[in-house]
Amino acid sequence: MPGKTLRRPISVCDVEGDEIRIVFEIRGEGTAILAASEVGSTINIIAPLGNGFEIDQSKKTIFIGGGIGVPPMLYSARTAGENSVVINGFRDKSAVILTEDFQKIGCRVIETTDNGSYGIHGFVTDPLKEVIADADMICACGPTPMLRNIAKAAKEHHIPCFVSLEQRMACGVGACLGCAVGIRKEDGGLRYKHVCKDGPVFNAEEVDW
Amino acid sequence: MANLSVNIAGVQFDNPIIAASGTIGFGHEYGELYPLSVFGGISCKGTTLKERPGNPPPRIAETPMGMLNAVGLQNPGVEHFIHTELPWLKKQNTVVIANAAGSTEEDYCKIVEILSDTDVDMIELNISCPNVKEGGAQFGTSPESVAKITAAVRKYCTKPLIIKLSPNVADIAAVAKAAEFSGADAVSLINTLTGMRIDINTRRPIIKNITGGMSGPAVFPVAVRMVWQVKKAVKIPVIGLGGITTWQDAVEMIMAGADAIQIGTVLFTDPYAPIKIAEGLHGYLDSHEIDSVTQLTGTVEV
Repeated sequence: MPGKTLRRPISVCDVEGDEIRIVFEIRGEGTAILAASEVGSTINIIAPLGNGFEIDQSKKTIFIGGGIGVPPMLYSARTAGENSVVINGFRDKSAVILTEDFQKIGCRVIETTDNGSYGIHGFVTDPLKEVIADADMICACGPTPMLRNIAKAAKEHHIPCFVSLEQRMACGVGACLGCAVGIRKEDGGLRYKHVCKDGPVFNAEEVDW
Repeated sequence: MANLSVNIAGVQFDNPIIAASGTIGFGHEYGELYPLSVFGGISCKGTTLKERPGNPPPRIAETPMGMLNAVGLQNPGVEHFIHTELPWLKKQNTVVIANAAGSTEEDYCKIVEILSDTDVDMIELNISCPNVKEGGAQFGTSPESVAKITAAVRKYCTKPLIIKLSPNVADIAAVAKAAEFSGADAVSLINTLTGMRIDINTRRPIIKNITGGMSGPAVFPVAVRMVWQVKKAVKIPVIGLGGITTWQDAVEMIMAGADAIQIGTVLFTDPYAPIKIAEGLHGYLDSHEIDSVTQLTGTVEV
């Protein structure tokens, strides 16, 4: 990242052959610099880092993305195939992305917007209520309040739930211990794991929400 | 090719580039990218007597040409370090420096006594962690307190002892002299400068701990100034750190008075920095027909 001390952690959206696709939002100076890169120019990356969702095609999986948490779900959802259900939520119509890419998977795709300007009016947790009973597993990425509510619903239905988390990050490899996420130990105590190396995907049951 | 080896308090380093404590853990992660022998030495993650969970997140904030951190000495405890980390580290052909932290004088004496009975090559005393209420920073903020903790620990320390100095003081040279007088074999400086950032939308500090330690290129000129002041004040070796990013920075820090250097935050920007800095040092020394990096130390002309 020219002129910046820290790299930017960005999830892989899709993989095709020897190409990876990333989709990101301009949130600050760093992503603005990245967005201004010219086609054909070279950027320096360290990849791949961390874990991912463990996909089992024999299971009926619900993939839930919220906002800029939608892109990281594409490759996993496609790997899971037609049997899965995708629920993507956005702020409003202008924020809707990757609709066609998800529809190409051939699975059921549900889209919501917070203000009802596109798709279902409401949050991803609204349509989730209708499909959750049939699910074997939930995979989700998005804002923390959304993930917290999804984790709660999954727990109520005794469905395994995996969430991809974000945290302010420095080294990206597990050396600096910056990107901590609170984990509830079995004895009720708290300890920290790290998004870059232990995650970004965590079992929602162990996360200290 | 010029000789990059240096001797710090009787310990031989193949090159003067040491990984700074807290930026490389216990070496495993960067050791997957290159042999850790690219570093002359590694200062391990700050270690306490008992395991510490560290601070709640967020622990990191970026700053103009730098960053803040408030990790809070998350570490698995000294026994884990000795039995799980140290045997592997000792096989990596690099000098292993244990970084010892604590809350009380007793803690420091105890951990240093324990570490003195191991294979670590040196002990760096962390009396300047700004991110833990009882993180030892209170020991590092005046010449009197530095003298007291250094003298106390010295009695239990049979390894070469480095005192890591805080820049959050009025007179860094006086603090360094106090460490030297009380038995330090070397000093390293600077630890991070205490800083703070606020999210203007939420009006809350970005870092959960409110304040954090500032590092990175932005602090480099402060570090150069302090190393220069300390080198004039003491006879023991001076390890210079704080924002070193390029080989040119390394040359500058050595000219200011550093006998060895530590690099930290730059590893996050470019994990391969130690290799590039070593190559650059070689090139600089060769092109200036200087045989040994030791001949460059303190050569600033004022």
